[in-house]
Formats: sequence, structure tokens, C-alpha cells
Amino acid sequence: MATAREGAVGAPPPAAHAIPPRGAPSRHATLWRRLGRSWQVRIGGGIVGVLLLTVAMAPFLAVADPTQPNILARFAGPSQGHPFGTDNLGRDTFSQIVYGSRISLSIGLISVGIAAGFGITLGLLAGFYRRFDNPIMRAIDVLLAFPGLLLAIAIVGALGPSLQNAMIAVGIASIPGFVRIVRSAVLRVRSNEYVDAARAVGVRDARLLMRYVLPNVSSEIIVTATLGMASAILFAAALSFLGLGAQPPTPEWGAMVLVARSYLDIAPYQAFFPIAAIFVTILGFNFLGDGLRDALDPRLYR
Amino acid sequence: MASYIAGRLVQAAPVLLGVSVLVFLILHLTPGNPALAMAGPDAPPSVVRDIERTLGLDQPLYVQYGRYVARMARGDFGRSIRSREPVLGRLLDTLPVTLGLATVGVVWTTLVSVPMGILAAYRRNSLLDLSTIFAVLAGNAMPVFAIGLILLWVFAIQLRWFPLTGYESLRSLEGWRHIALPAITVSSGVIPLLTRLTRSSMLEVLHQDYVRSARAKGVRETAVIVRHAFRNALLPVITIIGLQFGGLLTGAFITETIFSLPGMGRLVVQAILGRDFPIVQGGVLLFAVTFVVTNILVDVGYAAADPRIRYG
Repeated sequence: MATAREGAVGAPPPAAHAIPPRGAPSRHATLWRRLGRSWQVRIGGGIVGVLLLTVAMAPFLAVADPTQPNILARFAGPSQGHPFGTDNLGRDTFSQIVYGSRISLSIGLISVGIAAGFGITLGLLAGFYRRFDNPIMRAIDVLLAFPGLLLAIAIVGALGPSLQNAMIAVGIASIPGFVRIVRSAVLRVRSNEYVDAARAVGVRDARLLMRYVLPNVSSEIIVTATLGMASAILFAAALSFLGLGAQPPTPEWGAMVLVARSYLDIAPYQAFFPIAAIFVTILGFNFLGDGLRDALDPRLYR
Repeated sequence: MASYIAGRLVQAAPVLLGVSVLVFLILHLTPGNPALAMAGPDAPPSVVRDIERTLGLDQPLYVQYGRYVARMARGDFGRSIRSREPVLGRLLDTLPVTLGLATVGVVWTTLVSVPMGILAAYRRNSLLDLSTIFAVLAGNAMPVFAIGLILLWVFAIQLRWFPLTGYESLRSLEGWRHIALPAITVSSGVIPLLTRLTRSSMLEVLHQDYVRSARAKGVRETAVIVRHAFRNALLPVITIIGLQFGGLLTGAFITETIFSLPGMGRLVVQAILGRDFPIVQGGVLLFAVTFVVTNILVDVGYAAADPRIRYG
């Protein structure tokens, strides 16, 4: 029965763009071509692709157990057996970096998941219902009174230093960004006629939000989430570097830099490799996010 | 002007109230009992209960919050669990180091970003512009702690131009040698942002009619850039410089840790590692209040510079 009703209303339009003329490539084909043309998407996508491969193939790529100390091979320079050398306990740096990719990706996904879950819900509510707007946005103002890392540090200060708590802290600290972007996108979308039309035929609010509003703010969410991955990994690495995140022997990149910091004079390459891994990963997500924003920006279609 | 400042203060009041509630809640809903932490794991339950009563931890949460605000208002931030010193005194001892670091950082950021942004915009698509864009992208992806360690390695360990760590008063030349690397480090997170903003702000202004008029009537090119274009591009730049003061304050956590500066950031980090909650609580609150106050000052300065804000 529900399908008949839907047919009468017409499925929610994918977005508020003009219908392309007959014979023109479909919207998706256009989008993919635009994405493929963007050098940022290509480079960023390539880097993120390599990261995902590393995550999937970690056991095959690693040359040693990343947490296995070997007192006889401390501070070995880069060599065939240890491509990136070994650390103060003789652990293989290359394998630590490889396994660290899994940790960094989980940090990104979990933190962004927390931020997106709360952020999208609150943003939808604030943008859609006037009565929720003021209280939600005032609460967000309070969160924004804590510049970036400070809120994460305060939360870790309360929960105690650990990788899990760092993810939670970074996730909570990233909520305001999501709320603001989703809210402003909803404010733009909800004045569209198809929202009024759906409401006029009696579509309930929950369904209206999920089927009509949310899909039309999805490009903003995708861009925010991609850029959010970069900042989440960066924040979590910073927390670990301060000793407030991942604890040894977890091969987290920021925690690896913390260890290397004590031996900077004798083994500087120990700091170089994890820093390079963080740098390239952040660069990849930033490029991908910026490229997606340019490709998804509806203003450029018209 | 006075009414604008008053209005801005009124707006800030609920935010500050919210901040105090949040800081209070964050540290009171924590797993682990501070009284137990103070008494030690082997203390008999009666001792723990005594400490709870002394600290007021047996009271309902809203009573505790009320007392907490009342104590804060009197400047009583409690005592450090570790050293038993008053928290406020410890924090105020370290605050000048952090503020000094952030101030030198703001000046350095401005000195680097503003000329770089102006030149990049003026010579758009030149090699200089492209390398600026590249530097901005790279700077955005580089963690502050990585920059700090690289500077430390190159300039303190290899070249030995600057001391490794430590802090001296800025009244001496030695103090400036000590603050140089930390200031560059702390500003590295902000320079890309400000450069990009200056560049785009200048690009907008350079195409305005009054710039063309100035050139047409024969004003020297430097004067066109500095007096006609830059002065108008300056307003958004000032706002960001001010707002980034907060970013620099939090950059202090990492920078002070790397360079062992006795500032508030390092104090709070060490307090977290040592589970010294009163210091964490006071430090986070002081950081947030400093940030809110700076934002107000920026807004007021902005309104003083641009009458459109006051009456708009």
C-alpha cells in the first residue's frame, strides 16, 4: 500500500537540479566524470586507496610482529630486513607503520561516526524544527567556546588517557562542525517545493526528514565526513603524541612519534616515518574532501 | 560603542555559564572517585568517606555545582591533589608563559602570512602564488608536533642555533632565543589558514573599481596595494588573527610539551597524566575563559575599526 502512495506523490527527487535534456548523460555519469577530472579527487582517492589496501593487507605487508621487541636489533638503520629501521626496543618500524594504518583508519571512522551520528541528528532537528533550533545552537556555542583540541583534552582528562577515550573525545569535539553544516543545509532544502508537496499529501515528519531532506543534504555530509577523517586522525595523533591517546605498545603513528622524540639525536628517522605516514594520510583525505566539495557543489552545475 | 560592548558581554554570559557547567560535569561524571584517588588504594573506607565529606562529594550534583561556582567566583580553584598547592596560583604562574608564546606566535603568524598572502594574490598564478598554495596545502596536513620536532632536530640538535628546551624571561635576549622555535611551531598550524584568507581577501579587493581608479590617476603601485587594496582586505584578516589566538593557545599544549616550556598547556597535560583533577579542571576553565574573552575583544576591536558592524 505504501508503494502506491509513494507512486502518487512521486519519489523524492534526487536533488533540486533541473532535469537534464533528453540524450544528456545521467546525473550520476556526469558526477563521476566530474570526479574523475578533478586532480584532487584523483590524488586524494589514490592515497586513500593505498591506505585502504595497506589496512586490508597489513599481515602480508608487515615483515615482523610490530609489537615484538628485539633487544639485539635496537636502533637499526633502514635495511633490507627492516625497511624503515627499528625503534628503541628493536621493534620493526615498517611493520608498526603498516599496522598503524589500521589504528588510524579506525580512529577516523569511529570519531567521525560519533560526530556524524550526533551531529546529523542535532543538525536535522535544529534545521527542521524551529523550537529545537535555539536550544541546540546555544549548546553548540558552548562547545565552540573550547577551541579544537582543548575540548578533546578536557574529555580525555575526565575519562583518562587511552586510545578508546581519545576516539570518543575527538568524536565529541567534532560534533559542532557537523551540526552547523547539516543545519544550514537543511534550512536551504526545507524551503523547496517538493518538501511542501510531500507535507501537503500527509507524509509524516520522520519520513520527510529521512527520505526527502536527508538525501538532499548528503553531499554536504559526505564532504564534512571526508575532511573530518583528516582532522580526526590529526587530533588523535596529537593526543597520542601528548601521551593522552594510544598507549605503547599500540603502533599508533602519533604514539610512535612520542617514543621517537626521546631518541631524536641518535635516530631521527624513527620520527620521520610515522610523521610521513600521518602527513600523507591527512593530505589524501584533505584532497579527497576538497575535490568532492568542488565536484558535488550544485552551484557549479548551473 | 558602549552599548555594543555591553551587548556583546550579555551574549557571552550564557556561554561562560555553559562552559562552567560543562567543565564541572566533565570532571564530575568521570569514572573513578577523586576521594579514593587522594586517599590511595589501601585507605580504609572511613577515611575515603571523610575525604568525600570534606570535599562535599557526598552532596547532590547541583549543590556541588553551586558551591563550585561560588568558590570560582572567590578565586578559589581548590588545591592540587599532588602538590597541595592552590590551583589558581599554579595556573597564574604558568599563564604568562602561555600568553607570551601565543602573543609572539600571533605576531610571527601575521608577519609571515599577510605579506605571503598579498604577494600571492598580486602575482596570481605565478610561481610564487603556486608555491604559496602548495605550502598552504602541505602546512594543513602537517601536525604541529611534527613541525616542532623537525625544527628542534634541524635548528637545535644539528645546527645548534637555538637552545634545545627551557624558558627564560622575554626581557633578556636569551629569552627570545628560547621562544623562537616554540613560537614558529605554535604558529605553524595557523599560518596556512591566514595566508589563504589574506590571499582570497586580497583577490576580491584587487578587482574593485576604486583600485582601478587609483591606478588610473597614477598612484604608485605599492601605494595602490598597501593603501587602497590591503586596507580594505584587512578586516576579515584581523578577525581571523584574533580568533586564531585561541588556536594558538591550544597549540600551546603540544608546543610547550615538545620544548619543555613551563606553561599552562604543559601543566594541564601533566595533570591529566597524573590524574590531578583540580588542576585539569581549573586549567581547562581558564583556557576556555581566555578564549571567550579574546573573542569578545576581537569583536570590539573589529567594531571600532568598522562602523558598519556597530550599526548594522
